[in-house]
Amino acid sequence: MEKTSIQVPTVAEMISRGEQPEVLFWVGCAGSFDDRARKITKALVKILHHCGVKYAVLGAEESCTGDPAKRAGNEFLFQMQAMQNIQVLNAYEIKKIVTACPHCFNTLKNEYPELGGAYEVVHHTQLLQDLIDNGRLTMSGGGTFKGKRITFHDPCYLGRANEVYEAPRKALEILDAELVEMRKCKKNGLCCGAGGAQMFKEAEKGDREVNVARTEQALETAPNIIATGCPFCNTMMTDGVKHFEKEHEIEVKDIAELIAEANDLL
Amino acid sequence: MIGQVIFGVLLIAGAVLFGLRVKTIRRNILLGKDIDRKDRAPERWRNMIRTALGQGKMVNRPVAGILHIVIYVGFVLINIEMLEIVVDGLAGTHRIFSGSLGGFYNFLIAFFEILGAGVLIACVVFLIRRNVLRIRRFHLAEMTNWPKSDANIILVWESLLMFAFLSMNACDFAIQQISGEGSISFPVSKYLAGMYGDDVHTLHLIERFMWWFHIVGVIGFAVYVTYSKHLHIFLAFPNTYYANLEPYGRFNNMEAVKKEVQLMMDPNADPFAAPAPAEGEQPGRFGARDVTDLTWKQLLDAYTCTECGRCSSECPANQTGKKLSPRKIMMDTRDRVELVGKQLGKDGQPVDDGKALLGDYITEEEVWACTSCNACVEACPVNIDPLSIIVDLRRYLIMEESKSPESITVMFNNIENNGAPWAFSAMDRDKWKEELL
Ligand code: SF4
Ligand code: SF4
Repeated sequence: MEKTSIQVPTVAEMISRGEQPEVLFWVGCAGSFDDRARKITKALVKILHHCGVKYAVLGAEESCTGDPAKRAGNEFLFQMQAMQNIQVLNAYEIKKIVTACPHCFNTLKNEYPELGGAYEVVHHTQLLQDLIDNGRLTMSGGGTFKGKRITFHDPCYLGRANEVYEAPRKALEILDAELVEMRKCKKNGLCCGAGGAQMFKEAEKGDREVNVARTEQALETAPNIIATGCPFCNTMMTDGVKHFEKEHEIEVKDIAELIAEANDLL
Repeated sequence: MIGQVIFGVLLIAGAVLFGLRVKTIRRNILLGKDIDRKDRAPERWRNMIRTALGQGKMVNRPVAGILHIVIYVGFVLINIEMLEIVVDGLAGTHRIFSGSLGGFYNFLIAFFEILGAGVLIACVVFLIRRNVLRIRRFHLAEMTNWPKSDANIILVWESLLMFAFLSMNACDFAIQQISGEGSISFPVSKYLAGMYGDDVHTLHLIERFMWWFHIVGVIGFAVYVTYSKHLHIFLAFPNTYYANLEPYGRFNNMEAVKKEVQLMMDPNADPFAAPAPAEGEQPGRFGARDVTDLTWKQLLDAYTCTECGRCSSECPANQTGKKLSPRKIMMDTRDRVELVGKQLGKDGQPVDDGKALLGDYITEEEVWACTSCNACVEACPVNIDPLSIIVDLRRYLIMEESKSPESITVMFNNIENNGAPWAFSAMDRDKWKEELL
């Protein structure tokens, strides 16, 4: 186990050293504050560090992209947040952004340009795929996941919303595990139930929870691991697995965590 | 002669009724606000050709998709035969093209008969699927009496039309056999000929009856369609042409908000200057309360909806028993705009009837159950976007009425005060970094 201590640089620090980051890591609110999602953040940082990517974060200068406000209909709040973030990003002349949250990804990529913030925005699975394709990320760990069954849950805002279906699967391929698809996957994937600001409210009355329905589909594939690419999906699927009392048999992990683990980085 | 006159009158009456209804629908759709969907024409054509003409999304569900293609192809191609029927009707002739087209005519009739039989079989299977098999999407709450009957009326009507078409041919076949004149093969209808006996006079009568039944049925069908969910047979084309070309995840940035926010963010702006409404812009409201706050494209969506329920069967909220059903959103929008259209004042402007789409048709409970997952948009075979209406209704609730589930208000406050949807201090945002040291 590689127990290195990592100093995560902020863009401000980097610029004061006269350097410019290759890519800005947009951590997102979940990635910053949520206990579970912070593990994903740290896993991704370890991969970036391991691969020698010149990255930086905004630190305290980052603020909510405004996604949950926008999906809930609060366009004012969204645009206020967007304008504020764009001012910061433009001041630092940011060119490329990576984020582990499909909601941040979608908002930054699709909704910021019209408000004056045009950047190359990639989801972390796309960056991982790039690193793999360029040979910067190889598997040194050797078969942690060999023979394991992994099923990937497509996040709505990565999949249907932006048609990114291949990158997460490509990134999973190097684990040398057995990838199994759910009955509903890719463009037909079922939502985990968190999108559209649902994460922040009680569900309306119904006969069951969306995450339970989705987890049921995942369980049909008899997986050892449910792979996610979104902190909110991760929470929902984790709760779903608990609902079926399978938390001792089935892990819910982000792709970044799986890759970090396979490389003995955790 | 009298037959020709009656035929002419019926044809004109049908055309007039159809034309008037088209005008009404057009006017109703244009009650919506403007939105530019004229750009990127080549992509739009491709979209239309793939999705409407080519039925690209229908086959995502293979059984319904393939049967639907049979009806669609049958419907389009058998209409070529209508040309002869109309000419015969007006000129008082019988199978006017049979002489001049010769062997090719024989081929055409055979082709139409096979298609006709296909349509008939597909309609019967659809009727069974709808009424006997318990397919969930055909029995959701919004499928009340009228939508259910509408679907059945159309299927029965189409079956009868095909039956009449084949019967009329069957009689001609029988007469041809008895008289020994003519050599059209009638590959399908010849098997029906036995049903109608061998009396030439009776056969002639039945043939005439079927001919009239068919053509009157077709004219009536054309008019009926304009009042029914079956309008998609025409509107699928413009609707796919004008469909959204952006990634599904991109929600529009509201222009009116942009101006105000820019003003608020601009340090040089006079904080007391009210934002002047831009040229030609109506004061308008934020988001949508009623159909007139929606865009014409959203209203076109509503008229195009064929109530197939594919959207609702993919909807996570609907699947888990929530009240939300994207199909219902479209049906409500259409019912509402029909009513608003009926009540227009003398000046052509909508009158206030004390009702609105939001509240009287669509409840807040439905609006808040959506996860904005876009499954409905992806599933719709004619590229309808129920989500955009849901979002506009939310925008009205939030920005005009400040009405939201309490926890949503808390989330807004958190973002405003801490820059995060939860109550964490902005200063703690990079606390996680310490865990890596
Ligand atoms: S976007 Fe909303 S209405 Fe459409 S399928 Fe998803 S939850 Fe249902
Ligand atoms: S919106 Fe589309 S998918 Fe839904 S019922 Fe109407 S036509 Fe079918």
